[in-house]
Amino acid sequence: MTFRIRRITLTDFRSYAGLDLALDGRPVVLTGPNGAGKTNLLEALSMVSAGRGMRGAKMDELARQGAPDDPASGGWSVSAVLEDHYGEETRLGTGISAHSDKRITRIDGAPASGPTALLDYLRFVWLTPAQDRLFMEGASERRRFLDRMTMSHDPSHGRAAATYEKAMRQRTKLLENWPRVDETLLGVLETQMAEAGVAMAAARLDMARRLAAGARLIDEAVFPAAGVALDGRLEEQLQSQKAGEVEEAFEAKLRAMRPRDADAGRALVGPHRTDLLVTHKAKGQAARLCSTGEQKALLIGLVLANARSLQQEASDITAGAPLVLLLDEIAAHLDPDRRAALFDILEETGLQVFMTGTDPDLFAAWGTRAQSFTVRGGTVTEAG
Amino acid sequence: MPRTPAGPELDRLISLLAKLPGLGPRSAKRAALHLLKKRDGLMAPLAVALKEAAEKVTACSICGNWDSSDPCQICADEDRETGVICVVQEVADLWALERSGAHKGKYHVLGGVISPLDGVGADDLNIASLAQRASAGGVSEIVLALSATVDGQTTAHYLVERLEGLTVDITRLSHGVPVGGELDYLDEGTLAAAMKSRHKA
Repeated sequence: MTFRIRRITLTDFRSYAGLDLALDGRPVVLTGPNGAGKTNLLEALSMVSAGRGMRGAKMDELARQGAPDDPASGGWSVSAVLEDHYGEETRLGTGISAHSDKRITRIDGAPASGPTALLDYLRFVWLTPAQDRLFMEGASERRRFLDRMTMSHDPSHGRAAATYEKAMRQRTKLLENWPRVDETLLGVLETQMAEAGVAMAAARLDMARRLAAGARLIDEAVFPAAGVALDGRLEEQLQSQKAGEVEEAFEAKLRAMRPRDADAGRALVGPHRTDLLVTHKAKGQAARLCSTGEQKALLIGLVLANARSLQQEASDITAGAPLVLLLDEIAAHLDPDRRAALFDILEETGLQVFMTGTDPDLFAAWGTRAQSFTVRGGTVTEAG
Repeated sequence: MPRTPAGPELDRLISLLAKLPGLGPRSAKRAALHLLKKRDGLMAPLAVALKEAAEKVTACSICGNWDSSDPCQICADEDRETGVICVVQEVADLWALERSGAHKGKYHVLGGVISPLDGVGADDLNIASLAQRASAGGVSEIVLALSATVDGQTTAHYLVERLEGLTVDITRLSHGVPVGGELDYLDEGTLAAAMKSRHKA
């Protein structure tokens, strides 16, 4: 099944006063100098979905800042025309109007209940330069990366995480008065943490398995195979024990940790501390110790593996909407062989891809297989 | 906010009205002006009604419901089942259940949900009086009718713990498919809950 975004229209979005871009369905390459608005265009697309887009922006900071001779409305909108394999078109739109931060979502001109409704039509998987340091940073960034992927497969993961977080904060607050606390209430909160925590860990474990399966579909000679492991007690225990047992053990652990958690002012153990461990399999080396280029290759490998596994599920009618890949500054740090191979892999997935880069030469290997645009000062023109 | 160019009486009225749920400074001004315009038809009777309600309406000493009689009309009603007590968060929830006519027994109003983050502990709610009622005999079932939010469920679990050991059945409202709702529009969590609480047809 092929779905393609055939047209993108922006109004007062970031650097764009207006843009109307027709696409022919080939992979899209956007090149131009820094600050030209390449990433803004990818971000605009990522807004045509639930959530706050690939930069996690606030709704009111997306509106174009007008100039005195060119006032902006204060609102912004993005719309995309999606064409399915029968040639049927659906117009998806989102934005906010001036002086309001209430998000408006429209599907074929009719108001939709909210941006979540867009998930039935389109889903995005993105990779941005901000993620380049993923393996060098603290565990929290990697955990968020893992949880975001997990949620794309299993929406209930978000709910479990929110329940866990809430119960944990209530418990931490209660422990401020340790040992003069309502122990029954502590016990109830710990039971909730154990239930939600084990559900979270199970969903993450499932995600790690999907990544491993997805990675097998990618040529190891080009993108190094990533070993994916989860560094977390619950995730580890779930591999050999029943969920019920792990839940009980975690609850007992929380109970035992009360005095220490009270001293620390936070919960010292639990799935909120899990880390995603990635290794360069062939080298047997932690990703953190690999070169910048290898780290980028590992990261691209993971994102592609995730896209592959999402895509496999999407071939099933019960699964989600078509996927679109947004790859910002994708060619940076990659040698020519890897770049060429990346393009082959992307083409093989059959997914619609949007890529950016500063230098058109980086995408030379694509030739006419891609639709290329030059971005400069808020205007986008088709190249050659 | 700049003060209203009027006397302190009007200014105070507006600032008090602005504290009502659903009203802000702007709508409070509009309400105040409207009241002045309908001085005899609305403002004076409203003042009397406010005064009377403030003097006479109190929380029922048994269940916590608001009424001008204590015990409240529901607690005093001899036609209602005394063996079943339905626990709700607020009086608004009691009214909703009464509107449905689904509960023929008595109520117990907690006055909120447990949330240490908001400084609300078990002692701040009418929980001790519930335990007392439940253990006093003559009560066979306690129905927990609390919101399906994280805090609502924390409170429900807490009540189950606190009431453990008593010879009463503790039940809770089902979570699942709303009446008139289409199945394929439900989110996964609701569907899973509905499946879990299914019963023999």
